[in-house]
Amino acid sequence: MASFKIFMLTACATALVSSAAWAADPIKIGVIAEAQAVAGSSIAPAAQLAAEEINAKGGVDGRKIEIVVYDNHSSSAESVRAFQRAVSEDHVNAVIASYISEVVLALEPWAGRLKTVMITPGAASDVITQNIAKDYDHLKYTFHGYLTSSSLAGLVCDAAKDLLVGPYKMKTAVIMSEDAAWTTPLDAGYEKCLPEIGLKVVDHIRMSPDTTDFTPIFNKIEGAKPDVMITGISHVGTQPTVQWKSQQVPIPMFGISSQATNSTFWKDTNGAVEGVFYNAVSGPGVAVTPRTLPFVDAYQKKFGNFPSYAGYTSYDDVYMIAEAIHKAGGTDSDKMVEALEKTDYVGTIGRIAFKPKGDPNPHALRTGKGYITGLMLQWQNGKQVNVWPKELAAGSIIWPSFIKLKAASN
Amino acid sequence: MLFWQILIDGFAISALYALGATGFTLIFGVSGVLNLSHGAIMVGAAVAAWAAASELGVGPYTGALIGVLMGLLLSFATYFIAVRPIQRSRAIAESEKEIFILTATLLWGIIIQEAIAYLFTNNAKTVLPIVEGVTNLFGVRTPKNEYFTAVVCWVAIGLLWALVNRTRRGKAVMAASMNPRGVTLLGIELSSIYLTVWAIYGLLAGVAGILLGMFLGVSSYSVGPLTASAFSIVVLGGLGSVSGSLIAAYVVGYLETATAYLISPAYRTVPALLLLVVVMYLRPQGLFGRR
Repeated sequence: MASFKIFMLTACATALVSSAAWAADPIKIGVIAEAQAVAGSSIAPAAQLAAEEINAKGGVDGRKIEIVVYDNHSSSAESVRAFQRAVSEDHVNAVIASYISEVVLALEPWAGRLKTVMITPGAASDVITQNIAKDYDHLKYTFHGYLTSSSLAGLVCDAAKDLLVGPYKMKTAVIMSEDAAWTTPLDAGYEKCLPEIGLKVVDHIRMSPDTTDFTPIFNKIEGAKPDVMITGISHVGTQPTVQWKSQQVPIPMFGISSQATNSTFWKDTNGAVEGVFYNAVSGPGVAVTPRTLPFVDAYQKKFGNFPSYAGYTSYDDVYMIAEAIHKAGGTDSDKMVEALEKTDYVGTIGRIAFKPKGDPNPHALRTGKGYITGLMLQWQNGKQVNVWPKELAAGSIIWPSFIKLKAASN
Repeated sequence: MLFWQILIDGFAISALYALGATGFTLIFGVSGVLNLSHGAIMVGAAVAAWAAASELGVGPYTGALIGVLMGLLLSFATYFIAVRPIQRSRAIAESEKEIFILTATLLWGIIIQEAIAYLFTNNAKTVLPIVEGVTNLFGVRTPKNEYFTAVVCWVAIGLLWALVNRTRRGKAVMAASMNPRGVTLLGIELSSIYLTVWAIYGLLAGVAGILLGMFLGVSSYSVGPLTASAFSIVVLGGLGSVSGSLIAAYVVGYLETATAYLISPAYRTVPALLLLVVVMYLRPQGLFGRR
């Protein structure tokens, strides 16, 4: 939150000292994000940081980049109003929007109707890009700047195979995910890939994001006697994590836990997150690409905390939009779409390229070797330590004392 | 095994509900105020306890104490900012004051909720537990803090009972809830009774908020559901009846827990709300209501 306040001050200061040296009209990028949510609160500051860096080097073809911020209060309806205002009143040239799939799905048709390029730095639902496949001509303005749920499921399975099935001979899993748009394709992905790597799915629990008491859920999971819980949680995080620790549920948590990607999560949970594994595209101290650590340092210096996962992607998105405008020779939306489709950019989370028209998920990020591979981190003694893939690992697994491994071999 | 699990979990949750609802019903009984900022005060106390521990690095006891003080502070703020000006206003007709206070406390609660979300994000926070570890009773592995929660709740309710029945001040509060005019005729200042009640309320809501923060965790999103659950417990038990609220808290707590275990956690609150609707039809004054 501190970051957001400092960011607002800087934004005001920048506006006051606006220089007259710029050649032409500024390029305006609207940022519609969740200022009160930890994942969403990094989106605008990170975009501002990228814009300042680009402006310091002369902008895009002599044009300055201006970031216009809208707080959507995590609401789809407010996001749609913000999008309309951004395009028709503030005349933005592109929009970076939200980490919530429901919000992005609500904005997608508006990006089409108002013919405005929109990139989401953090939503995950596959439906976003499936919609583009169904109606490319109208919806081509939307780009998915974060991994789709099905690719996230694939990355979690890859990591589980190397970390759990191999060394610890784990054989069974329970899927525990929250009931939301992004987890439908995620769960389908888990159901498919877990058996392929040798983890039999013995139960599948989808819980309401309003759940506060997880005791009955953990009770049911323990009853199924799995070796591991494979998670898909983002809207919830603190409560299941704290209750997992306080009830000493002896089964490891492994998978997607978006809130665990934030450096503040240790404090939010009073350290209960110790031992939790989570997938991410970046992590503190992990040099995924040469751009990663300089970004984290600059962000930390400017805002006093670490960016959430959507901060990394939001930062990259501004650079990609700038590059697309440069290549397109201006801010014509159709030309920007063509230029963005040809993106081949090494950002903070890996090499970024979008899947082409004709793919079942057009405008989704390419994943796998050579592109974005993802990481698996574990919270250890208050720090986020990368444990997978091997070449980027900074440590090895440490199990919390209450975890009971059934068939440990190491 | 499942039986014991439901019995133990339900007991702790119900004790927490009971404590939360007691203050709510007390305020209504004595001053006729339905305080819709109830959930916000509970969450405010819990977040203050969390922030004290994580930002200032104080221990769990000091953190809890700061949380209780925050509950007290917010309770007085609610009274002086949202309630008293309306009670004393000459511009608002006497018959409309109830609805004005209802609206004012609702808006005040939203202000607190938004302030918490902006200052500390809407992520859930958990208060440092005072008792760590788990214990095994009847084959059910339960965090010791859960038993601690139930004990503290009942001690607090017991103290409230002793205060109301054994002290002069408490008896005056009780009398005011029965006949405010009679109390003033006895020479007791009604406004000082109100202050006492809001102080007791602040302490109860603060303690309940902190215990909830330790047990399940709270976020700014919890504000609405917490007010709603206190409201429905109090309506079910009978508005203004403390013993009715205690019994209703256990009915709701066990109904929810049994539903979560036997049917699905997703339907946790449904049967209790259905029961509320049925009671409203058959006995609008609630199970133990006097009016």
